[in-house]
Amino acid sequence: MTAVSFQSISKTYTTPKGDFHALQNVSLDIEVGEFFGLLGPNGAGKTTLISILAGLARASSGRVTVLGHDVQDDFSAARQRLGIVPQELVFDPFFNVRETLQLQSGYFGLKNNNAWIDELLESLGLADKASANLRQLSGGMKRRVMVAQALVHKPPVIVLDEPTAGVDVELRQTLWQFIAQLNKQGHTVLLTTHYLEEAEALCSRVAMLKRGQIVTLSRMDDLLKSASSTVLQFKTDDALPPAIAPRARVTGRIVQIPAQDAADVEQLLAALRQGGVRPQEVEIRRADLEDVFIQVMQQQQGGNP
Amino acid sequence: MTTPTPGAGWRTLLYKEVQRFWKVAFQTIAAPVLTAVLYLLVFGHVLEGRMLVYDRLSYTAFLIPGLVMMSMLQNAFANSASSLVQSKIMGSLVFLLLTPLSHWAWFGAYVGAAILRGLLVGAGVFAITLFFAVPEFAAPLWIAVFALLGCAMMGTLGLIAGLWADKFDQMATFQNFLIMPMTFLSGVFYSIHSLPGFWQGLSRFNPFFYMIDGFRYGFFGQSDVSPWLSLAMAGGAWLLVSALALQLLRTGYKIRS
Repeated sequence: MTAVSFQSISKTYTTPKGDFHALQNVSLDIEVGEFFGLLGPNGAGKTTLISILAGLARASSGRVTVLGHDVQDDFSAARQRLGIVPQELVFDPFFNVRETLQLQSGYFGLKNNNAWIDELLESLGLADKASANLRQLSGGMKRRVMVAQALVHKPPVIVLDEPTAGVDVELRQTLWQFIAQLNKQGHTVLLTTHYLEEAEALCSRVAMLKRGQIVTLSRMDDLLKSASSTVLQFKTDDALPPAIAPRARVTGRIVQIPAQDAADVEQLLAALRQGGVRPQEVEIRRADLEDVFIQVMQQQQGGNP
Repeated sequence: MTTPTPGAGWRTLLYKEVQRFWKVAFQTIAAPVLTAVLYLLVFGHVLEGRMLVYDRLSYTAFLIPGLVMMSMLQNAFANSASSLVQSKIMGSLVFLLLTPLSHWAWFGAYVGAAILRGLLVGAGVFAITLFFAVPEFAAPLWIAVFALLGCAMMGTLGLIAGLWADKFDQMATFQNFLIMPMTFLSGVFYSIHSLPGFWQGLSRFNPFFYMIDGFRYGFFGQSDVSPWLSLAMAGGAWLLVSALALQLLRTGYKIRS
């Protein structure tokens, strides 16, 4: 069964400079029980897509269903089944943590929900903050409350829009443990994130979005296999020769270059020596999602203006 | 997913909206009561003994129902408007937008809380005025009807203003240039029969005039126009703005892109 179905979604914003196509004909089905990753650079349209799913925005054309319920025509049933953690860190300063969760639960029509609220507080490490006002909490703690708010009505479909942006390691681990557990119990999870190692660790399938279009839709295993299988990594202070520079990813002193196989690595090293580059701490590793992501995004650069 | 209780959603939102003002009751209830009492002290002191309204009422006695109504109207408006603008600016409105609450539920909760705040302020102002004049209750049912209708009207207008305004200063514009003049010029401080013909005629296009006039009829059994006309005009105006508010909520005007 399909948990979330995006059918030919387009979203066009009219701006003084002309029409801006935030999403162009995006179609995507997420099955029940999946842990699905939606990846893409800033401005690719991830949040717009989530907003349309959430009913915060309306698609210019196309339709979205949640477990068969249209998010516009049957919004009440669709939203009852959706738990969304918005990207922006926001809170209502009038209430404490427990009140916030009780109210959110009530909006979904659930009056006596204290057992589940206690469980949420416990699982997200909020138990000792239950009677603290939201204003007094740190950013990370506020983020936990937002996650709890999204889960308060036990939604079968959970959507996390950049939930770990600017969040410390401890929360990330607590959060992923809890979400993975919910996923095992059968909840469908849709995640957008900039932390590709998180997506690689958690998601069984990913879609990559660029300039409002899906450029890759694949199982995580296949995606990692399909990319250049190895990466040559080293440190250097020297400038790369022009033949290699466009292929390389440089972070300070660290250089990473994707390679097909051992022969390719040898050629690269030879070319570097000829170019006068002295590599240090050379290592060869398997490609990860970040390498694939960069490859996909670069491929799209030329072909798809 | 757990099965929701029908009607629990809007009752929760109503409860939250009531809590929002009740937690800061000093600002939202006590402060407007004090303001109204100041009006009564100053105007009552200056004008007391200089005129009789309807040929029998002292100015202070005449002023009280209008002052109560004006306080109710302004606070009912402020409640829904400031709640919405604030949660829009804070961004916390998103938690409501993600819920299955219908436009009727939003309407019922915001207007309901505005009515309650208006009535509480009105009761507070009225209680203090008992020190200044002995009240009459010629037709208590009319008092209740116009109190409710006035607060509902302003709660609804506040809802519209709150949806429309993106910033506090836009809401202040709405409040200062529309709501304040219309409530002030509605006959709170005078009977419109004391006005020149042109202004008397103009007052009859002001829906707040009918609310205050009808409300006053409930106390004194005397008014500038028939309470039935006031009911029709004020009720009609409320239905009109309610239809607009519901439509804005249904289409997500300025809150869903």
